[in-house]
Amino acid sequence: MARPSITKKGGPDAASGDARREAIRRRELRLKEQARQARRVRPLITPEGAALNLKIATASERAGAFLLDFALQIMAIIASVWIIALAFSSMGFEGWVIAGSVSAVVVFLLRNFYFIFFEIGRKAATPGKRALGLRVAARNGGRLTANAVLARNFMRELEVFLPLSLLLMTAEDEVSGWIRLLGIAWTGVFALFPLFNRDKLRVGDLIAGTIVIHAPRTKLKQDITSPTPFSRGSTYQFTEAELDTYGIHELHVLEDVLRQSTKEIKARVAERIRSKIGREKGESEDDVAFLEAYYAALRARLEQKMLFGERKADKFDTGN
Amino acid sequence: MNDRVMKSYRFREERQDDWARLDQIVTRAEKRGVRALSDEEMTTLPALYRQAVSSLSMARSISLDQNVLAYLETLCARAYFFVYGTRVSIGRRIAQYFRRDWPASVSAALWPTVLAALCLFGGAALAFFLCMQDMEWYWTFHQGWDSRNPDASVEHLRETLYTEDTDIADMLAAFAAQLFSHNSGIAIFAFALGFCFGMPTAILLIYNGVYLGSFYAVFWDKGLGFELTGWLLIHGVTELFAIVLAGAAGFMIGGAVAFPGTKSRMQSMRDAGNEAALVIIGAVLMLFIAALLEGFGRQLINSDVTRYVIAVSTLAFWLAYFYWPRQRPEETP
Repeated sequence: MARPSITKKGGPDAASGDARREAIRRRELRLKEQARQARRVRPLITPEGAALNLKIATASERAGAFLLDFALQIMAIIASVWIIALAFSSMGFEGWVIAGSVSAVVVFLLRNFYFIFFEIGRKAATPGKRALGLRVAARNGGRLTANAVLARNFMRELEVFLPLSLLLMTAEDEVSGWIRLLGIAWTGVFALFPLFNRDKLRVGDLIAGTIVIHAPRTKLKQDITSPTPFSRGSTYQFTEAELDTYGIHELHVLEDVLRQSTKEIKARVAERIRSKIGREKGESEDDVAFLEAYYAALRARLEQKMLFGERKADKFDTGN
Repeated sequence: MNDRVMKSYRFREERQDDWARLDQIVTRAEKRGVRALSDEEMTTLPALYRQAVSSLSMARSISLDQNVLAYLETLCARAYFFVYGTRVSIGRRIAQYFRRDWPASVSAALWPTVLAALCLFGGAALAFFLCMQDMEWYWTFHQGWDSRNPDASVEHLRETLYTEDTDIADMLAAFAAQLFSHNSGIAIFAFALGFCFGMPTAILLIYNGVYLGSFYAVFWDKGLGFELTGWLLIHGVTELFAIVLAGAAGFMIGGAVAFPGTKSRMQSMRDAGNEAALVIIGAVLMLFIAALLEGFGRQLINSDVTRYVIAVSTLAFWLAYFYWPRQRPEETP
């Protein structure tokens, strides 16, 4: 992408100068955010030679997924213990002893095999990961083996349960208090490991050669330029100068506005575009129809330019 | 400008039915497995997948519709993971694990196993001889809460080795307690801590050995060595073997980190990690079996001779299962 240069229009009006500075500042923030998002992408070359842009999951997504799974585990434990207690409660004291032991076995299985069971499955993700659109993949792009899933999940004991049990441990005297503090610091290194590497790997991922990626399911929506049912916009004609006002970024923002915002916002955006390209609102003009027509025309123009190797990144981008 | 002539729109219109079809097949496969797919779907899948992948690279260069790009990106990723994902059913995978992978991985890890056994039993022997010379050593290794200490009477110690009246509830309780015992924690940590060059693993094993050895010395000192051995080994053969194997898994990873050879350190750790995972899941299974033996076997069987027979036969079984030379069957992916 060509580095867009910013053209300075010297305006005599101080207010418009401020607005412009604000726009430039926002653009810089946006570019920074884009660069940050781009760092998350790990291209994977498929055997067909095509590149898939896999996005690695952020540390906060991973933490969220883990908390969800942890909550689910605890709920499953409570539910199963409750059912077991009900089943054995008629047997008196002995029943309670048996119920206690059976639930201990259930807890053991849930704690050790919950993650493994779901990650070995077809979706390679626990319910918590699925809810956040995450899945486990092999780091080299190959197939995710059961061994890798086992290895990454046994390490969880060290990363999560050891610090947790140290936190819950009570210190009797000063010495054991210090030992506990040291232990927490040491295990904290493992718990916080994902924050300090580029791929957000936890120690288990490191050992198993896995990575967690963000690949949520996306629905294919109706193309906005599709002639049915939006045929209202076909009466508009735009000049090249009117279309050259905006770039790809504005096109994408417009797409989002058309797909998901309210009527009021659409009206305001339409007003903004009209004033920018210097058009008057017609007598019985429909804002949505105008926006759709403008979107279609702008996209056609930008795509055509793109075919000639010219990407106009945003409205500041004049191509030189 | 007419909408209909827009290239990206025509591009999408021509292909979206195929994308939807691929989406449907992949969704079904993700939900219900490969078997839910018909033969016809299986044969069209590779073509649909390849088409979607080429659509994606084309869309990147001609379309500015964010939704289409995002859709194709995730559709291709999902299809890729399915097409190149593992095909072996979980049942076959488990069968293969017991038939081939488990014994193969354990026998391949012979030297780490020997090292782990040395740490564990070396620690035990050290503590045993220290305690035999001066019982005061016992208090260095143990806290006072255990009633089975050097000050206990012979009768009391003997009582703890045998169970007179047992019912199912007690056995279950003992079984459950064993699952959460100190030892299963040791096993998992011995593995998990392996990557710090194996040092914590060695310390854990030695510490556990010391604990065991000093405990043994108490009974030996009172002339209960023979009885204790039976009590301990009926499940201890399996349990201690599991701990040794877990330690071996830890040493495998530690060794791979310390001496990566010609591989990169990351690659070496990854390979060892995958191998070691086979050993450690086996060790967890063994701990489960040990818990069964302890919970039920030890409570039901109070004869020393039977206990010894079970101990020796489990040892023979594990050794034969892991180390008996066998033909390598053909590799199945």
